[in-house]
Amino acid sequence: MKLDKSLVVMLGLLVAIFAASPWIPQWILFIITLAGANGLVVLGLMLFMRLGLVSFGQALFFCAGAYTTGMLSLLLKVSDIILLMVASGIIAGLLAYLLGFLLAKYRAIFFGLLSLAFSMILYGVLVKSETLGSTDGFTVSGLTILGLVPDPTQMKIVLFGITIIVVMASLLFVNMVLKSPRGLLLTAIRDNEIRAEYMGASAKSTIHLIYVIAGVLSGFGGAIAAMVSGHIDPNMTFWTTSGEFVFIAILGGIGSVSAPFIGALIFGVIQTIAYGYSPNTWQMTIGICLIAVILVLPDGLWSLMAKMRKNSRV
Amino acid sequence: MSNLLIVLIDGINYAAWLFISAVGLTLIYGVMRVLNVAHASFYAFGCYVAVTLAGFWFSHNYPPHLSFFALFGASFVAGFIVGWILERFLLRYQYAKDEVVILLITYAVFLILDDVLKLIWGVDPYYASDPYELLGNFSVGEMIYPNYYLLMVGAALILGLGLTYMLKMTRSGKLLVSVIHDREISSAMGINVGRFFSLTFSFGCALAAIAGGITTPTISVVPGLGVDVIVLSFAVVVTGGLGSLPGTALAAIIMGVVRSFCVHYVPQLELFVIFSVMALVLVFRPRGLFSLAEARKI
Amino acid sequence: MFSKKLLATLVLGASFGTAQAQAPAAPAAPAAPAELRIGIVSFLSGPGAAPFGVPARNTAEMLADAFNNAKAPAPYNVKGFGGMPVKLVVIDEAGSPTNVVTEYRNLVQRDKVDIVIGYVSSGNCLAVAPIAEELKTLTLMYDCGSPRLFEESPKKYVFRAVNHATADSVGAALYIKAIKPNAKTYSGLNQNYAFGQDSWSDFQGAVKMVMPQLQEKTSQMPKLFAGQYSAEISSLLESKADVIHSSIWGGDMEAFILQAGPRGLFKQSSVILTGGEVSMFRLGTKIPEGTIIGSRGPYGVYAPKSALNDWYRSTVIDRYNAPPNLAAYQMAHTFMATKLAFEKALAANGGNKPNSDQIADAMRGMTYEGPGGIHKFNLSNGHQATAEMVYGRVKHVNGQIQLVDQKRFTPDQVMPPDGVKAADWMASKKQ
Repeated sequence: MKLDKSLVVMLGLLVAIFAASPWIPQWILFIITLAGANGLVVLGLMLFMRLGLVSFGQALFFCAGAYTTGMLSLLLKVSDIILLMVASGIIAGLLAYLLGFLLAKYRAIFFGLLSLAFSMILYGVLVKSETLGSTDGFTVSGLTILGLVPDPTQMKIVLFGITIIVVMASLLFVNMVLKSPRGLLLTAIRDNEIRAEYMGASAKSTIHLIYVIAGVLSGFGGAIAAMVSGHIDPNMTFWTTSGEFVFIAILGGIGSVSAPFIGALIFGVIQTIAYGYSPNTWQMTIGICLIAVILVLPDGLWSLMAKMRKNSRV
Repeated sequence: MSNLLIVLIDGINYAAWLFISAVGLTLIYGVMRVLNVAHASFYAFGCYVAVTLAGFWFSHNYPPHLSFFALFGASFVAGFIVGWILERFLLRYQYAKDEVVILLITYAVFLILDDVLKLIWGVDPYYASDPYELLGNFSVGEMIYPNYYLLMVGAALILGLGLTYMLKMTRSGKLLVSVIHDREISSAMGINVGRFFSLTFSFGCALAAIAGGITTPTISVVPGLGVDVIVLSFAVVVTGGLGSLPGTALAAIIMGVVRSFCVHYVPQLELFVIFSVMALVLVFRPRGLFSLAEARKI
Repeated sequence: MFSKKLLATLVLGASFGTAQAQAPAAPAAPAAPAELRIGIVSFLSGPGAAPFGVPARNTAEMLADAFNNAKAPAPYNVKGFGGMPVKLVVIDEAGSPTNVVTEYRNLVQRDKVDIVIGYVSSGNCLAVAPIAEELKTLTLMYDCGSPRLFEESPKKYVFRAVNHATADSVGAALYIKAIKPNAKTYSGLNQNYAFGQDSWSDFQGAVKMVMPQLQEKTSQMPKLFAGQYSAEISSLLESKADVIHSSIWGGDMEAFILQAGPRGLFKQSSVILTGGEVSMFRLGTKIPEGTIIGSRGPYGVYAPKSALNDWYRSTVIDRYNAPPNLAAYQMAHTFMATKLAFEKALAANGGNKPNSDQIADAMRGMTYEGPGGIHKFNLSNGHQATAEMVYGRVKHVNGQIQLVDQKRFTPDQVMPPDGVKAADWMASKKQ
């Protein structure tokens, strides 16, 4: 399996950060871990964008993953983070499988809006549920790994490590999917669905498959976010959360599998700067950044790297 | 029996509000295929303008019955001007881009305008309920309703029928319909598509602002006002079929009445009734209740 | 093409540069003149800003200035916090709980604040509390109402210097018993989210405890920030309840009053607004007579007369042109309690700057006086304070709004005893 040069660089970078983790300040580790979680969700979004679809309700699976982690931890007292993460991915994937039957029939903006509707319905259900704490949500604590119980600081580093591993695995997996015959179909379906079907491909089943993959990735992302921030609440499925994911997708661009993670990291940085520098007008700061990126770099930040590489390779 | 009447009155009132709030959104999408998230900010802008003008009007003791024209007129004009500026300097250059990208641009504009409104008017709530109380009440059985509800229903009817008349009967309206169906051919026929886009966008924003202006006497204007309105407007517009006026009206009526039933009989379901209706409609009619016919390009 | 690329690189570089610039600057500060950095987290945007966040921040800034210049009356007349100047780091509480947690970590780990005071939203309080424990940083929740804060697990570094929300509902029930003992039915209008749901079930529990003969008619739970209440008002009118309980706040509350007033709802039922004090002066006589107003404690106009209260009110009115509301009072109490505990710990530590453990030890079980009177940290192992609860009724006197028929309830009447969960207390006790 041939790997892009950029992918190799990205993997190398991740390993380097992993190795350096004991020396990185805690607050930066936290931001990177969250960026990893968000990046996983956006990776799924990127697959959709290659298909020409935008999912405005991807936060549904993110939240489903987070709540699975929370409920397993709270009700069944499961505390092993690997177990929790795998379970979250499976449940989110299952949910995606079921919803996919319906959603795979929709195209263009209706796909996005129907997925938005479902995410808001989940929001309503969660807010209604007083046992799950309604809008207050609940906390996740007492996490262990493979039987060991590290103290909170060490646990953050362990979570960071697990996130890096999951991110690397996802990068390789999605890269494999994109290079496979199914993956090449994505762009074909986006360009002209009818012609793709004439060739014998099934748009519906491809979309369904991508929906499940994106669902599983989002489930992992939700689990990581829940475990690292320690708190789960219905806001994770609100439309503004989905909006953030789409924002990151545009910020990063769809040029490569690494783009979502770069976008997520930069978004995390922009958010923190906006809060810190302009506590009274942080929304405006984020809005201006978004417009700037769209106007100046319509293919996302990744296109910047692609252009620099092209220019250097004369 | 009178119970049912009360539920219907509440439902129609809410439907009128939904329709007025959503009509600008569907107009802009129908003509320009732009889903204007900044609709929320224009709604809020209309509210702030109306409440400021109301404060000014009543403190200077101008004739109270003319206040309505002043409030609604001011919101409309303010929305139109700002919408025009937005289109002229930002959106005009983005039409070639993907629908989703334009949506994100309007989302960014929404974020920016929200903070601009906060910078101008601060975070304090404002209210101007005099117009609301001026009109008095009417009663249905034992239940008292303010006559302002009738004004809202009336406004919804005027807007809906007025827009339909304009689209179907006037020459500009028919030109607009042709632009809706196919930009390129309309342009080739000599229609100034750019000007229509400009006017439509400004008009749509003005409609959002006037919706805010009409709602203002019944509420307290606070920051973040637009956020919840935009979600509801989206739901209504998508359920009705993006770009379809009768669709929006029908969707508003259905949602208003269903919600009213919920509030009176099953209050627990109120939270997700709107989105459930939306999902249900989309399952059976993927493009909404009435949708524009679109040719598929082979 | 070239210039676009350059521009983009510059923008990115600038943002990274500023992120980096922020980081090294922060650790340098505490090494300089010994100052105490206090993080203030408060709603600066969105609907929570005007009723809670901004008044609270204003009070914090005013008090920080007053303390730094030794302008406050005893027992707060020591300059700064025990001689150390106080510097506030103010951030916005808005955003998702994940954002709030991120910003809390940034405050403590990047900006190196010593103490954090903040949080209106219960969701944020509950999210931040475990992090406060993890990072061993003294954190005070100045407004959020959820009793779950200490009920779910004991805390070492988290404190709440004011009552929690159960007191509002129990106080309301006691007030009804006092002024309308023959009431037969009640309904509710609460926003459909955790605070509204909890307030409603607290009131239901309080009613069973205090006036078991009251029958429930309807519970309206509109969406948070709904703004349009015509159907809910019709439903409440139909229910013809004697009493209506509502924990609605902010713009929603004002919209509800403006919409329901002309329809006669307030004439038909006694409406309780547990957080009504916030809009009292702005809406003035638009609030119909007979409305029962709460201030979440002895705050605002309910504050008992004292030199401290007079000073506090006059200073806030001078500086901000508006009297302090309940959120401002809650922040004042929290800030003052922190100062007292810090100075106590400083003295116990031989004049050296105390760490979070020492300040926490000093605060545990402390009794302190604020503009709203005496508060005592006597619940949840000395971490949760209790205070009295006051309710009154609106009367229009000479075109002004006044609160008459004021009744005060002692802390043990409205807050559960130590070690007992609020819900259990209400289920078991009969007053």
